[in-house]
Amino acid sequence: MRLNTETIVEKALLLVALSALMSLLLIAVFIFKEGVPFMVKVGPGAFLFSSEWEPQNGLYGIFPMIIASIWVTLGAMLVGAPLGIAGAVFLNEFVPRGVMRVVKPAIELLAGIPSVVYGFIGVMVLAPLIRAHLGGPGLSVLAAAVILGVMILPTVMSIATDAINAVPNSYREGALALGATRWQAVHMVVVKAARSGIIAGVILGMGRAIGETMAVIMVAGNAVRAPGSPLDSVRTLTANIALEMGYASGMHRQALFATGIVLFLFIMVLNSIAMAAMRTRAGGR
Amino acid sequence: MEHPATHAIPRLQVRNLNLHYGHFHALINVGMDVEDRRITALIGPSGCGKSTLLRSLNRMNDLIPGVRITGEVRIDGVDIYAPGTDVCALRARTGMVFQRPNPFPLSVYDNVVFGLRVAGVRGKETLDAAVERSLRAAWLWDNLKDNLYGSALALPLDQQQRLCVARLMAIEPEVILMDEPCSALDPIATAKIEELMLELKKQYTIIIVTHNMQQAARMSDHAGCMLLGEMIEFDGTQRMFTNPRDERTQDYISGRYG
Repeated sequence: MRLNTETIVEKALLLVALSALMSLLLIAVFIFKEGVPFMVKVGPGAFLFSSEWEPQNGLYGIFPMIIASIWVTLGAMLVGAPLGIAGAVFLNEFVPRGVMRVVKPAIELLAGIPSVVYGFIGVMVLAPLIRAHLGGPGLSVLAAAVILGVMILPTVMSIATDAINAVPNSYREGALALGATRWQAVHMVVVKAARSGIIAGVILGMGRAIGETMAVIMVAGNAVRAPGSPLDSVRTLTANIALEMGYASGMHRQALFATGIVLFLFIMVLNSIAMAAMRTRAGGR
Repeated sequence: MEHPATHAIPRLQVRNLNLHYGHFHALINVGMDVEDRRITALIGPSGCGKSTLLRSLNRMNDLIPGVRITGEVRIDGVDIYAPGTDVCALRARTGMVFQRPNPFPLSVYDNVVFGLRVAGVRGKETLDAAVERSLRAAWLWDNLKDNLYGSALALPLDQQQRLCVARLMAIEPEVILMDEPCSALDPIATAKIEELMLELKKQYTIIIVTHNMQQAARMSDHAGCMLLGEMIEFDGTQRMFTNPRDERTQDYISGRYG
């Protein structure tokens, strides 16, 4: 009797655990089923490397969107990574523990703000500022990069904080005992020891940035055009899907699924790099 | 408390040293004279304050929030707790070897030259020369000369600990503080470190905290026995181990507690 309950519970838990894996598999199968035949029909070259996106005329080149996604993501990294890493170093090394206990949750709360709110702030505050001071339409790569940079801050910072926190205190003591200043101990030893964890944080942040949709639609301007400068308006891969899915049908709809595949691959690659980086850290100790 | 008969001015003098962690009085009126080019051992049961005393000598206790220190620690006559003391320079003069080997997660080479780099020493030739000299002094050169750019963390524990010694040799401190340097090592590795200490004694003043009575007895010239934050006896090692003046020292050495 008892053994029976055990088996039932075990099977039930297995089922629940598998459901996560199954949904991933289903999503992947679904996207690929819709997208791959399209890529084969149009040809990967014409799809990935052509700059003409005119679905009504049968032209499906997503090259500008790929470039836009890369620019926006790298821009977000330029904003988010230094802030996140510096913040993590500062909180861990230069501030009393009590302050850390207040500030860290506060920064993690940033992750809880809905992305539409970020987009709203971008449209109302940031874009006008850029338009007034730097020129261009305001809704631009730069605006998207700054907004996304702040959005990925919690990811970068909390993973970097954990990595720095995991550095044994004996390294700090060893450095200080050799006459190093606090800052020398931090940048010559602690940050190096935490390097792979910090890299993992930055890459996971990039994964978030490239996948973000709502805020980007609101602040990037959505022009289908490879950007010439950070002040140009762009449309990312995610924005392309979200903007057109509502009315797309037939080939057009399949083109959007194919866009999803490209995005999926980008994020998979980034996540694998991040996981590999974290593994080196675990193995390095 | 009595001091060993001194022939010269002691290298390091501690006078009326009191240390509080918050409300806990960890060191009570501690005093001692440490002679140049001798090994001085600090013994006593766990929690008696011997590590705390050692860490007061290079101001590592400054790092702990809520520590208050009064009294004097003089190295070559200069009070290291005087206002305006350059703590980084002080720590470079009083090298420390820790309980667990703590080489940095860098290459052997970068570990050895770390102290020089933070002091602003540049120039490949100077650093290269320092690496060879330091590794030789710590008896590591033959093991590691072909592996200078390999990770220090890949070395066996006793080599890691000797690398930590080599790291000090590079900056040529005046005093070497050792906080139970052999407690993480097996007996063979311990023997190597001890042999190394006897060699280093020719040039350096060494203060070692140890839990190992035999180690204190065979290695040190002078010994201080601490109990509950007080230095209950400080004397020549021979004398303390054969004929302790304080009954509590006698009890500790003979293993009645600890």
